[in-house]
Amino acid sequence: MSATAQIAFLGRRAFLRSIRQPGQMAFALVFPLFFLFVVSSGLDPVSSMPGFPADSYVDFMFAIPFVHGALFTALNSAIELGRDIDTGFLNRLALTPARGIAIMLGNLAGGVALVLIQYCIYFVGGLLMGAHFEAGLLGVPVLFALAALGAVAIGAAGMTVALRSGSPEAVQGIFPLFFVGLFLSSMNMPRNLIENDWFQWIATVNPVSYLIEGLRSLIVAGWDPGTLAIGFGVALGSIALALSVSARAFRARMTRT
Amino acid sequence: MPRSRGWIAHRYGCAVSAIVAERLVREFKAVRAVDGIDLEVADGEIYGFLGPNGAGKSTTVHMLTTLMPPTGGRAVVGGFDVVKDGPKVRELIGAALQEAALDPFLTGRDHVRLQASLHGLSRAERASRGEELLERVGLSDAADRKVRTYSGGMKRRLDLALALLHRPSILFLDEPTTGLDPQSRNALWVEVARLAREDDVTVFLTTQYLEEADVLADRVGIIDSGRIVAEGTPAELKAEIGRPTVQVAPADADERAAIVMTLDGFGSPVEAEPGRVAVRLDPGYDLADVVRALDADSLKVAHLELDEPSLDDVFLAKTGHRLEGQAAAQPESVGA
Repeated sequence: MSATAQIAFLGRRAFLRSIRQPGQMAFALVFPLFFLFVVSSGLDPVSSMPGFPADSYVDFMFAIPFVHGALFTALNSAIELGRDIDTGFLNRLALTPARGIAIMLGNLAGGVALVLIQYCIYFVGGLLMGAHFEAGLLGVPVLFALAALGAVAIGAAGMTVALRSGSPEAVQGIFPLFFVGLFLSSMNMPRNLIENDWFQWIATVNPVSYLIEGLRSLIVAGWDPGTLAIGFGVALGSIALALSVSARAFRARMTRT
Repeated sequence: MPRSRGWIAHRYGCAVSAIVAERLVREFKAVRAVDGIDLEVADGEIYGFLGPNGAGKSTTVHMLTTLMPPTGGRAVVGGFDVVKDGPKVRELIGAALQEAALDPFLTGRDHVRLQASLHGLSRAERASRGEELLERVGLSDAADRKVRTYSGGMKRRLDLALALLHRPSILFLDEPTTGLDPQSRNALWVEVARLAREDDVTVFLTTQYLEEADVLADRVGIIDSGRIVAEGTPAELKAEIGRPTVQVAPADADERAAIVMTLDGFGSPVEAEPGRVAVRLDPGYDLADVVRALDADSLKVAHLELDEPSLDDVFLAKTGHRLEGQAAAQPESVGA
């Protein structure tokens, strides 16, 4: 059986498992839209600052639900992997002919399938809140693809923690780190308008900024090939790095001969 | 133990033992969990691997099922080396490991579908084999329920069905009945016995229950602190310990001496509980002979029991301690 087929079977399992946990799903759906609503309502006057790149703050923040969704769903996938290790389900899979790469990517594939559904809801929700989308219809799949790549990168990083620790709690423990990482980026303010030097420096070296700016460019500017290319480049580079580290952790964890 | 048979058979390509381990070792830093065990399991045999928690049973199973490489020695399963030919070994074996590792949010049927798919069964085969096994383990009606709603026994039965999906010739069951109620335990025993007798599946069963090993296993290996301390059929192991003991409580204390004299003809006296008389029966005598003799001498007894040597006695004799958590042996007894 091909690795692709194995990924599909394992992805289906990961997807089913997630959608059958409504509490987890509800949080990943509601929080990003709630955050968008609250922040864009409360901070709209920021958009009148000279040099602000969007007409409204809701436009500026419209990219963030996609990043939040990526973060929640990807970390949930990693938590589920930790649970599989903890309960011995990974051993069950190890006793089948499933390839290691299929087990890893299957888990991520389920998360990506789920997050794409969430993105549809975020997109409609954002438009209903008054956001505009400059890239037009063709830009929608690009927006979703870039955000999904972000989910894969975060998921692969979370998987590394799951594989190293073998514990879902350890993955939950890194969630605040990711969340802080999100805040220390250009999430709330364009980098050029961040006045505090250290904050601006961190936002500049933080790869999340480039992912957000790639997504945001489709929303507020339409097609900006340079920013998009950097966004995709950072996402793909992060995936390559995170997957190579998690693959090493996977080999150390799965000691089957 | 005839260590060479399996290796020679393996080397020359003739009929092989299902499982052979030679000086198998697994160390975890300073701990030697499995300390050079040798064993050989014949095709179609049910081999009971009996030992207390932490004895090295599960570590041995993990090595034999290719989930963990040994740090010393070697093992061949189904004719294939567990280190060099892991994928080939996995094609031949099924395993239900210590915890019934199931996804609580998937249904029984989802599990069957996933496992069958990963084993490469065709769509038609997935459906027919899955239904057949769900039916066999009595889960057809619950197949579309999420596993989180299953009882412990149902989870174990689903685990067994999943282990059998790809028709393995060797089945590893790691403490399959731990935590199950007696009814579920009996149902599982029946199914395991059927697999070996009718489907010719070799079963390697770890357990900490003496009764389970006694009832199910053709041969038993007793493991303690990572070493096999005894091996044989349950009857052989018990016979090593000795003959059964008859213990009598006189109904009238004045008849105690007469009872001692009567029992004296059936074997040698052994230590008994206070107020009782006991003899270890000589070969050729059984409980019925003793009852007839007491009756013939018109001696009344308040209690009469036959204590067969148990695997627990074997364990005690071989290791110097009893298996943890075992219920007291249930002797065959007659109240008078």
